[in-house]
Amino acid sequence: MFYREAGQYKTTYAADMAIFPIRQDRYGVALILFIAFVAIPAFGGQFLLNTMMIPFLILSLAAIGLNLLTGYTGLLSLGTGAFMGVGAYACYKLETYFPQVNILIWIVMSGFVSALVGVAFGLPSLRIKGFYLAVATLAAQFFLEWCFARAPWLVNYNDSGAIEAPNATLFGMYVTGPNATPVTRYLVVLTIVAVMAWIASNIVHGRIGRMWMAVRDMDIAAQLIGIRLLRAKLLAFAVSSFIVGVAGALMVFLWLGAAEPETFAINLSFEILFIIIIGGLGSIVGAFFGATIMHLMPIALRALPPMIGLPIEAARVDQLTFMITGILIIVFLIAEPHGLARLWQTAKQKLRVWPFPY
Amino acid sequence: MKSTLLKSAAGALALSLALPAGAAFADDSIYVPLFTYRTGPFAGSGTPIADGMHDYLTMLNERDGGVGGVKLVVDECETGYDTKKGLECYDTVKPKNPVIVNPWSTGITLSLIPKAAVDKIPILSMAYGLSASAKGDIFPWIFNPPATYWDGLSEILKYAGGGSIDALKGKTIGYLYFDAGFGKEPIPLFQALAKEVGFNLKLYPVAAADMQNQSSKWLDIRRDKPDVLVMYGWGAMNPTAIKEAVKAEFPMDKFVSIWWPNDTDAASAGDGTKGFKELNWHGTGTDYPALADIQKLVVDKGKSQTPKDEVGSVLYNRGVYNSVLIAEAIAEAQKITGKKVVTGEDVRRGLENLNLDEARFKALGLDGFAGPLKTTCFDHNSHSATFIQQWDGSKWVKVSDLIGPDTSRVQPLLDEAAMTYAQKNAGWPNRSEVCDNK
Repeated sequence: MFYREAGQYKTTYAADMAIFPIRQDRYGVALILFIAFVAIPAFGGQFLLNTMMIPFLILSLAAIGLNLLTGYTGLLSLGTGAFMGVGAYACYKLETYFPQVNILIWIVMSGFVSALVGVAFGLPSLRIKGFYLAVATLAAQFFLEWCFARAPWLVNYNDSGAIEAPNATLFGMYVTGPNATPVTRYLVVLTIVAVMAWIASNIVHGRIGRMWMAVRDMDIAAQLIGIRLLRAKLLAFAVSSFIVGVAGALMVFLWLGAAEPETFAINLSFEILFIIIIGGLGSIVGAFFGATIMHLMPIALRALPPMIGLPIEAARVDQLTFMITGILIIVFLIAEPHGLARLWQTAKQKLRVWPFPY
Repeated sequence: MKSTLLKSAAGALALSLALPAGAAFADDSIYVPLFTYRTGPFAGSGTPIADGMHDYLTMLNERDGGVGGVKLVVDECETGYDTKKGLECYDTVKPKNPVIVNPWSTGITLSLIPKAAVDKIPILSMAYGLSASAKGDIFPWIFNPPATYWDGLSEILKYAGGGSIDALKGKTIGYLYFDAGFGKEPIPLFQALAKEVGFNLKLYPVAAADMQNQSSKWLDIRRDKPDVLVMYGWGAMNPTAIKEAVKAEFPMDKFVSIWWPNDTDAASAGDGTKGFKELNWHGTGTDYPALADIQKLVVDKGKSQTPKDEVGSVLYNRGVYNSVLIAEAIAEAQKITGKKVVTGEDVRRGLENLNLDEARFKALGLDGFAGPLKTTCFDHNSHSATFIQQWDGSKWVKVSDLIGPDTSRVQPLLDEAAMTYAQKNAGWPNRSEVCDNK
């Protein structure tokens, strides 16, 4: 009824294979992009941009990266935080060596460094699977974290042991550093995230994505139909780490402004993993749903008591937020164990046949 | 029963509706946000500090009606010692025109340092943060009085050497530190001194994840038998290290810490802790009129979350000292500008003209609470002298005279670090802020 595709005929193979084959979806995506690119920067305040949207987008991007590996290829990774760190530190090193090159180029290039490291740590995935692979990637997490803390070369021998975002410009406008306005930073992050999400979506809908999903569903069967496991798995590690690395570089340069090794600790890996579990494994849009729950919902919960005027101490609000977030996560997972993306699918299906039950 | 409940609920609602609307945006008040952490792995250190900061400012409101007749709006934001949440707090408080920000975390401080000059909000990172920010000519918006971690290290070593670092020649000195920016900062100075003076330096890093699991480090310490063990710890690392030291039967009087362990940290290991030493720069206990006022006007009246026996502990009084600096900076800003309701820019000027001598402390009701502190446009730290206090099993006892930093060795490092910071952050602004020093 609301979501009916009757009358939308596809006359070409390309139309049939489009990412958004239904007209309503295309309008919906266009509307979301319009809101994101025009309405939010035009009307959003500093708090909305700085504290809500920029971190939300960056976490979503990292979740998309991890989803390619864990959701689509079935390789569980606990090293996301460290791979984000690789991106961030690579970007910092490249930027300080060649400050004359545009920062955006370095942010993208740092993804390649992260991809290389990801491939190296992805090698064991050929032999081990499931929880055992999770432990192997855990080793990557600890090893890389140790490097960030122990190799002074990575931080250019700073006494503080931290990396700092410099003042870099694009078309004469500051994009990183303290002088960059939230709107500029938001638009840069949004553009990168939108492009990356589009690329990721294309990959998973094409030959490579199917190859990954075949490996995920049963790797021996995939091997029998001619998929080379080594290449498929390493490719998944490379693409995933690339996206995650870019997210890491964005996190330091366009969100935090400075970062200690502690920033990329195991907690970050878990946060990203929870985002994809709650959002839905094997779904690009699920990454955005998950980031909404994990990042935006706690902020809303924290903002609620002062808004309605409840006199609660700051620490109490924080503890309550922590508890309520936990409870809501459990509620969502009980309601739909396959994540919010599946819930969204079901809702779409229901709207399609409404008012009939099937 | 039911009606009282209803009434009190209605009262609470009315009060809460009136409070934020009236207080936060009024023209006749000064907004002072406090970044605190009463949750997370560092809550043990963070809670008494938060209480101390909150209670002193509340006491000023109750007793004097604020500073210079202007009420202070004290607003806590919970950071959990997490940089991301700290930045969230910063963005939350920024629209309310804060006159000063106290990050209480080195990580948050590092993220905020470049923003301070742009947003015109001074940062007071009291004895933590970036040591180099003591240089006011390069960091006009950052203040880290009364001493840097480098000062603290030189003071501990001076004490260990009986007044001169050179006396440590040939000795073995252990350094047990929190393996993050804060603990690593003194290492270059430590290594330079080890080379120059000729002592043997042993490093024992403790990673944040291993704060409560230090047994392997203590095996090393037992093997190396350092003549002095210096500790730079924070949060759960301090009580754990003290307990491990007792277990390892390390001679406590050779165990000297920087200024962060609290009374409860020392007390947690029982009698074995007797003799444990730490650096400090202010009094402990409640024997000061101002602290008596806090007890009378704030704690006893239930206007804070402070448990009664916490008042007077090292970290509580540290929080009080932090708030003394805030209040003095506001008062000084009012004096300089002649305005009653000051802004962040005014308070920056106030912070550059702090002059807390003996007489001023006495006037504040804190007679003999701390040594003199004087900041200038170039010196945002004052590099004040500190003293060593020793735990006697139930309280801290001052066991040394005031020890000043080894300026000749620390100052060049500071100059160099500040220069490097400015160079590495290309486009670091040259100082253009006014200077009110006479």
